[in-house]
Amino acid sequence: MREVMTKTMARNVFYGGSLFFIVVFLILSAQSVSHIKNVSTVHSELTESVAKGKRVWEENACINCHTLMGEGAYFAPELQNVMNRWGVDDDPEGAFEVLQGWMEAQPSGIEGRRQMPQFNLTEEQIRDLANFFLWVNKIDAQGWPPNEAG
Amino acid sequence: MKYQSQKVAYAYFLVAMILFAVQVSGGLLAGWIYVQPNFLSELLPFNVIRMLHTNSLIVWLLLGFFGAAYFLVPEESERELHSPMLAYVQLAILVLGTAGVVVTYVFDLFAGNWLLGKEGREFIEQPVWVKLGIVVAALIFLYNITMTVLKGRKTAITNVLLLGLWGLVLLFLFAFYNPENLALDKMFWWYIVHLWVEGTWELVMASILAFLLLKLTGVDREVIEKWLYIIVATALFSGILGTGHHYYWIGTPGYWQWIGSVFSSLEIIPFFAMMSFSFVMVWKGKRDHPNKAALLWALGASTVAFFGAGVWGFLHTLHGVNYYTHGTQITAAHGHLAFYGAYVSVNLAIITYAMPILKGRDPYNQVLNMASFWLMTGGMSFMTFVLTFAGTVQTHMQRVLGENFMDVQEGLGLFYIMRWGAGAAVVLGAILFIYAQLAPRREVISRSASEEA
Repeated sequence: MREVMTKTMARNVFYGGSLFFIVVFLILSAQSVSHIKNVSTVHSELTESVAKGKRVWEENACINCHTLMGEGAYFAPELQNVMNRWGVDDDPEGAFEVLQGWMEAQPSGIEGRRQMPQFNLTEEQIRDLANFFLWVNKIDAQGWPPNEAG
Repeated sequence: MKYQSQKVAYAYFLVAMILFAVQVSGGLLAGWIYVQPNFLSELLPFNVIRMLHTNSLIVWLLLGFFGAAYFLVPEESERELHSPMLAYVQLAILVLGTAGVVVTYVFDLFAGNWLLGKEGREFIEQPVWVKLGIVVAALIFLYNITMTVLKGRKTAITNVLLLGLWGLVLLFLFAFYNPENLALDKMFWWYIVHLWVEGTWELVMASILAFLLLKLTGVDREVIEKWLYIIVATALFSGILGTGHHYYWIGTPGYWQWIGSVFSSLEIIPFFAMMSFSFVMVWKGKRDHPNKAALLWALGASTVAFFGAGVWGFLHTLHGVNYYTHGTQITAAHGHLAFYGAYVSVNLAIITYAMPILKGRDPYNQVLNMASFWLMTGGMSFMTFVLTFAGTVQTHMQRVLGENFMDVQEGLGLFYIMRWGAGAAVVLGAILFIYAQLAPRREVISRSASEEA
């Protein structure tokens, strides 16, 4: 090994190579941003309500029980396709009503069943959250999840 | 201790160990909720406990890295730290921020406030004021360490360490960028999470390992430093484009499935190299260092990192596999062993090495320390096996057969009970480790007894 490569050579390969891969990564990142903006998330309009729904999702740390697009905690169901699962993915009013019913029923208090907290969301917050889920459901995620179970 | 200012590392390691205890206790609690779902459900819901579990892990690992840097940079640079005072100020800011985070998560007094309320993206849930505090503390740290290095001797170990630390701080700035578009949000969120644990943190880990092996084995610096550059080169060559394995199903282009599969498969190479490097150096080395526990942790870290990060990572990184396993207990299994092997163990290794020096005495409680290694490593391995089985069953039932999430989870109860038992062993091991570091106690096996045998 000593004959094949000196420390200086190893160092130069490290710096040079890393720089190369960073540049490639940044170029692909730029292309991906454009793909997201122009291709994969254009099937539904990103309204102000959707943006507010995302805040509701974040402020209540939903990701620390649920997954969204497969990322998060694995304690509670996947929610990217929740509106699909509930059969209301093309019906904003229905989506709101089902979600409101669900949120108001928590926690279930059933013994031996995982509990979702009562978040005391306002009607407007629930509407925004429902719109957020409807929007997320329309992201083109290369066919993931494999089925309705999420 | 060659340089007085190395002493600041002691305070960092102390706080790190306290948070380590908080982290594993949080894990035990969360694991118990999987077994008894009604436990604490109204008082301290699962999501809050999980935030405490993950956040305290990240903070204590970072404190360990900072402490390691403050310990090894003076020795490498052959001069005192630029300012020990600044190092304590930095620690105070981080402790204040950590306390603030705990209060914010548990009591949620400022929900929705842009400055004081929690932000709620996974792992970077800290309120904005804490994030700003982290940046200030990090800048103080970089200033302090960089000044020390610039004025002193420059070695490959400090080069790589500094590069890793600068990189991780700069990448953290993406925590302030939260686009309304979820796909964009996720894409740049991975700039922090992936490029930390599969990029910059690997640089930090490799340089700490190199420092330890240099001290423990007595192998020639030239050899160790050449290896260090080769290892971190393979880490970044595979890890940067390896980010692609998180870009399969979040609205990013399809080509990431191939780029991610190919490059993240190569991510096993740096971990294999670190493991082989550690063992080869120990075999080649002629020095018989008295701190056997530090050697055990160093070898253990590189080995468990190879299995946890390397093998378990490869297990579900190919996009054809990941399509079914994404976001199941398989991910949890990999995450737990990877973090334990790579970053927890390397921190415990440097703590084990540095503590006797910082306290100015011979290594003590080596037997207890080594027992804690086997208890924790055994516990984490069993936990990983159990979660892997749970994840395999879950993947088949939920992703292939399409059964409802909660129905599948109820079928996994036995695995979760065993996981909790494994977690209890880890907590015991952690307590034993902290005790072995802090409480002086006569060795069970005396030096003369072991020499006779």
